[in-house]
Amino acid sequence: MANQARFPVRGTINGEEFEREVEPRLLLSDFIRHELGLTGTHVGCEHGVCGACTVLLDGESVRSCLLFAVQANGRKLETVEGLSQGDAPLHPLQEAFREEHGLQCGFCTPGFLMSLLPFLEENPSPTDQEIREALSGNLCRCTGYDHIVNAVRTAASSLRDAETAGAE
Amino acid sequence: MKPPVFEYHAPTHIDEVLELVAQHGDEAKPLAGGQSLVPAMNFRLARPSVLIDLNGIDGLGAIALEGDELRIGAMTRQRAVERSDLVGEVTPLLSETLPFVAHPQIRNRGTVGGSLAHADPAAELPAVALALGARFFVRSQRGTRVVEADAFFDGLFSTAMEDDELLENVAFPVLADGQVTAFSEISRRHGDYALVGVAVSLSVDSSGCCERARIGLLSVGDGPVLAVRAAEVLAGEVPSDELIRSAAARAGHDDIDPPGDIHASVDYRRHLTEVLVRRTLAAAFARASNGGSA
Repeated sequence: MANQARFPVRGTINGEEFEREVEPRLLLSDFIRHELGLTGTHVGCEHGVCGACTVLLDGESVRSCLLFAVQANGRKLETVEGLSQGDAPLHPLQEAFREEHGLQCGFCTPGFLMSLLPFLEENPSPTDQEIREALSGNLCRCTGYDHIVNAVRTAASSLRDAETAGAE
Repeated sequence: MKPPVFEYHAPTHIDEVLELVAQHGDEAKPLAGGQSLVPAMNFRLARPSVLIDLNGIDGLGAIALEGDELRIGAMTRQRAVERSDLVGEVTPLLSETLPFVAHPQIRNRGTVGGSLAHADPAAELPAVALALGARFFVRSQRGTRVVEADAFFDGLFSTAMEDDELLENVAFPVLADGQVTAFSEISRRHGDYALVGVAVSLSVDSSGCCERARIGLLSVGDGPVLAVRAAEVLAGEVPSDELIRSAAARAGHDDIDPPGDIHASVDYRRHLTEVLVRRTLAAAFARASNGGSA
């Protein structure tokens, strides 16, 4: 197969700039993992069903396996690594997952976290039904979801507390 | 899996797109939100040799009132339509339906035009476009033509568009006086492909008589299905439980030739269609007697 033309892709990921040249058929999920070395974004089904590869593109949750890396040119990406960098404490959402046993093997967890981040920003006090609907685009084969629902409820509460404390 | 090699174009003006599709014909695929095309490419079910990325083109993502129609640009994200107050006001059926379309992560990328042009028989938006009688503005280097919803959908993943044509925008009629709409579907889990879905639009006069009905069905045929025989039962009649039951029975038995698969047998799809049409019609008529509000 002939070599494909390469295209420049430049943007930011978790606040840091990146610049690469990519084949257009390179999926964003593979770009993040193999080119940028951020392996927290997991690849499950590669057809948009499992949600493990969910990242934020300009603040909105998207399947990174259903985007080409070249389409991220000029855009802002956020992955699970951006939630808590270096020695910083865990993000309240991560802390809630730990406290409530919202994960077992952890493979699906980055996708859940990145789906939930914009959800809780938009809906800081979700009902259980709304939480379950928000989780419907992510598959977890370990927990049976109840612990994840508990974790989201706890995270929502601690994020609200942090918001109130910040406002005072 | 990974998509096969393709030639990538990212034009910034629609004229460039039209030139590319004219040049490459059915070898080329326009890339809208990519939420159906990219999975098909990852599975290598689709192998377009040329991909024309529409995401860099300005002016295809607008939602605007034009006379008694709401024009939605083909590249408008489904999420933007879902969140639009204007859409909720003038075409509430779209707002009611969009939360049923896949998941938020998919709707953040998926586009209105992409879903309609893809014409998946299990997709919600084609059935809604049929129920509302949308008009499709289809453009090529030869000019722009308007295709009515009834003529646009043309079988399995197939539309009336030629290889050199691009869907530019879609016009949905603004909710008229006396018109009520409703949507419902049954899926195994929220966001999954529906086993059956129903979009209903009714025109009810001041005495409560149903002047006209349009019922769009999904997942029961090669494409979205307009339940014409069920609508005939309703036209000119004053709604009653009996009338609604009889229209629903026509929909389940005479309007469809549904597929059977591991998710639902033919008989089960007929049964679900009858039940869902009955419920959705009842919901819509209840809205009519409440003065149009839910």
